Amino acid sequence: MEQVLLKGSEAIAEGAVLAGCRFFFGYPITPQNEIPEYFARRLPQVNGTFLQAESEIAAINMVYGAGGTGARVMTSSSSPGMSLKQEGISYLSCAEVPCVIVSIMRGGPGLGAIQGAQPDYFQAVKGGGHGDYKNIVLAPSTVQEAADLTYQAFDLADKYRNPVIILGDGILAQMMEPIVLPNEKQDFPEKNWALNLDKNRPRNVISSSYPIVEELEKVIIRLNQKAEIMKGEVRWDTLQVEDADYIIVAYGTSARIAKAVVRQAREIGIKLGLLRPITLWPFPYDAIYSLVPQVKAFFALEMSTGQMIEDVKIAIGRERPVYHIGRYGGVIPRVNETLEKITAVAKG
Amino acid sequence: MRQEIIFAGFGGQGIMLMGKVLAYAAMLENKKVIFLPSYGSEMRGGTANCTVIISDDEIESPIAENPNLLVAMNRPSLQKFEMNVITGGCILINSSMIDQHTSRDDVIKKKIPANTLAAELGNEKVANMIALGSVLELTGCVSKDSIILALKKSLAPRHHDILPLNKAALEIGSERVE
Repeated sequence: MEQVLLKGSEAIAEGAVLAGCRFFFGYPITPQNEIPEYFARRLPQVNGTFLQAESEIAAINMVYGAGGTGARVMTSSSSPGMSLKQEGISYLSCAEVPCVIVSIMRGGPGLGAIQGAQPDYFQAVKGGGHGDYKNIVLAPSTVQEAADLTYQAFDLADKYRNPVIILGDGILAQMMEPIVLPNEKQDFPEKNWALNLDKNRPRNVISSSYPIVEELEKVIIRLNQKAEIMKGEVRWDTLQVEDADYIIVAYGTSARIAKAVVRQAREIGIKLGLLRPITLWPFPYDAIYSLVPQVKAFFALEMSTGQMIEDVKIAIGRERPVYHIGRYGGVIPRVNETLEKITAVAKG
Repeated sequence: MRQEIIFAGFGGQGIMLMGKVLAYAAMLENKKVIFLPSYGSEMRGGTANCTVIISDDEIESPIAENPNLLVAMNRPSLQKFEMNVITGGCILINSSMIDQHTSRDDVIKKKIPANTLAAELGNEKVANMIALGSVLELTGCVSKDSIILALKKSLAPRHHDILPLNKAALEIGSERVE
């Protein structure tokens, strides 16, 4: 297969187009502008529609409209822009409209900085918007994975009639790596629930408004049952965990750094392994818990002051210590400083 | 083989293009490669730098933590990055823009008057390709042919008339680095 050299942003956009995404609505923000830029050039070539909306709020509601007709649709933004989209994401989740939402994290809170960071784990994984809902959250750590997971995200969204979030960071979005693109998707699931002017069926309604509380409770119970089924989509990757005394848990760009840390730790005699969640929701609780008997301590490496670490702690309870390692605001953790912190624990 | 190269200058010097073309060429040679740009929020006139890691083995962290070559296209870039280069590494300066080399004595010091030579070629825009020619000479990380092929594949056919000029720039850069 022929390799192409793409930025993470471009790989996400091309992965979406190959998965049949024909509508993109967004509003510019660094460090993910190459996603709308790519769609603006690419979608007209495949009779798709690119539209730069007047705001992030408008864009996410356009996603609601297009998704409601059964179209494969995407939006993307970065931290402050993602905050603005949360109301719409809540509506999409309640109305069960499939779509793919790309969140490229940068330094925050506030306007923050344009460099890559990971401070929006809670926002993507724990809700972000109001109400009881769950979205599948995929966390690519290579440009290849950025293309592949975005491609698969559209199938997951259709399978569960649910928004799927791609959670990346500014490093992933900006860096270029050689990748092999997936094949163009040819067959798509039927959507008998969609608003598509078919006069030969009963009227379809897509709504997130349930003023009668008993009806809303039924909807919430059904969404929750669906979330239980979606938990079957949990994915993770491991590196040298078989004989590990210590485990580092990391996702996205942090997991790339953690890989180098594992190799260097082994060179100085520390048996370190990596567990990399690929889905952040559902989180690989059981996979992490299964390592408890052999492991002395866990480390959570993330470019935030400690968000994913809470899920690591849920996974293992108080059975083992969990140490946070991270840098913030767009500063990238270094391999050697991370290794020093692990060495300090391992050598007591 | 592993090369970690920093290209640094100001916006408009073609810094990103140097990195991208090198990364493309490395891909054509089936090497593992990663290109990571970094720039301020300015459209132009600000600082611009990028790193390229080329390796025979998997590239884990995308961050170049042990750069063995700095290509400094202007003075602020030299000052910003000279301390990052590993001991025994190399610093290449664009001597058309920088009059004094690094004060470090544990690195190899190289220079190329990229803008002056580009002007002699008739187009100052190819100063970046001249410096890239020097990089190829100093590291041997990819071949000149792969760079030309990378340029050919990444440029629209209507721009292919500039390929001979770029080839000449690469050659001058590799011959005149000292």
